[in-house]
Amino acid sequence: MRSPRREFLRTVGGLGAIVVSAGLLARSPRALAQQADPILAGRPLVRYPEKTDLILLTSRPPQLETPMTYFDRAITPNDAFFVRYHTFPVPTSVDVGSWRLRVTGLVDRPLELSLNDLKAKFSKAAVTAVAQCSGNSRGRFAPRVLGGEWGDGAMGNAEWVGARLRDLLAAAGVRQGAVQATFEGLDKPAFPSVPHFVKSLDIRRVMDDPDVIVAYQMNGRELPMLNGFPARLVVPGWYSTYWVKNLSEIAVIDHVFEKFWMKPAYRIPDTPCGCVEPGTAPKNTVPISRMTVRSFIGTPANGARVVPGRPVTLKGIAFDGGYGVREVEVSDDSGVTWRRAQLGPDLGRYAFREWDAAWTPASAGDYTLMVRALNAIGESQGYEPLWNPAGYLRNVVERVTVHAG
Amino acid sequence: MRRTLGIATLVLALPLAAAAQLKTITLPPDHPYGDLKPGPGVEVTQRACRACHSTDYIVMQPRGDARQWEAVLTKMIKVFGASISDEDAKAIVGYLSTVYGK
Repeated sequence: MRSPRREFLRTVGGLGAIVVSAGLLARSPRALAQQADPILAGRPLVRYPEKTDLILLTSRPPQLETPMTYFDRAITPNDAFFVRYHTFPVPTSVDVGSWRLRVTGLVDRPLELSLNDLKAKFSKAAVTAVAQCSGNSRGRFAPRVLGGEWGDGAMGNAEWVGARLRDLLAAAGVRQGAVQATFEGLDKPAFPSVPHFVKSLDIRRVMDDPDVIVAYQMNGRELPMLNGFPARLVVPGWYSTYWVKNLSEIAVIDHVFEKFWMKPAYRIPDTPCGCVEPGTAPKNTVPISRMTVRSFIGTPANGARVVPGRPVTLKGIAFDGGYGVREVEVSDDSGVTWRRAQLGPDLGRYAFREWDAAWTPASAGDYTLMVRALNAIGESQGYEPLWNPAGYLRNVVERVTVHAG
Repeated sequence: MRRTLGIATLVLALPLAAAAQLKTITLPPDHPYGDLKPGPGVEVTQRACRACHSTDYIVMQPRGDARQWEAVLTKMIKVFGASISDEDAKAIVGYLSTVYGK
């Protein structure tokens, strides 16, 4: 971990006392935990339609971040789920009666599906999966990079229910020569010069994967407008740049789609780590795809105060790009020693895996708590952050500092 | 984690299907946390940038020299088609690299 953050944490060590004294005020602990983070300090908590208090990144288009206190549990509530749009205006009104999902292009039978069609004509599939913005934690890159300066809250885990994309494509009849499908939502920029947010996936990628779905249900309810009502694409294991919201059109094409949001946007260095020497440019790039292994401490919050000798339960989540979390370890001595955390229920290989560990601060003083995860194919997290110019793929071992006393 | 949903879920879904067909939300205006700091060129910067997005996009960026902000202006004009004259672009880079400079 880089030193500026550590130094900052030291300088705000006294903040823990304020967190405790304000503990009875419902909104204050979250707001103060947020102020203890150099990237989030100064950002207001805001309440958007169908949303609870979230950390504002940008107003227009709306980008909202989930406070870390929600990451002590596996399921992220719909109203706390992060929001990320690329262009403005964003969809604010959908008439389900007239909304249609069109499946067009290189198909035998173009489709225009209503929401009822999606629900009634295709078998229901459910998958619990993490949506994480490619640029989650970009604000922590050193050297800093331009872009959405997220803290760590551009992620969430929900149970998604919908129709399998491959069933829709099979119903339309994908023709020979099909290479990719493109996905477009209702968000249309005000100026024609601004590139529409259109993403693409290889046809083979989606026909082979029964977990890629067009979801119309999130945690048992309809999707909030800002999370993609009435339906969004869900691509488990892959960064949520592909999870096109307010989905309206799927087009099958005979080539690799390379418009702005696929190229040059959302690309990573074509190197095994997806990284380059900090501050340098990659020679070649490829589209970002599978998520790296990450783990977080949801409680206690960064900057919290604990009592020496009194047991505390550390809780958090871990996830990866779809192989599943095999093991989570925690450390209270800056990574010198590690011990195994207890894993919570397995909600599937694409989901947040809850973990907890009992911990007792032996004596008064500051403690650096760390967490790291290992997935089913042996991928883990490093002590030194990897770097790329777009600020993607962050998966360094994260830490929080708590004060015992 | 993939599974076919049980009958209980299907029954629960029925009343939802009968619910309102129209869903509308209203978004709040730009939050003042994104307001630009005063300085020479702030008006033209506000006018040009707010045509497409709120200025918290600027406020949240790492501070940077004229080269950083020139690159941003070039991207806005060339990639996103922002209609900004050369003269205004110069004034905006001047403002950003002073007020949000290194």
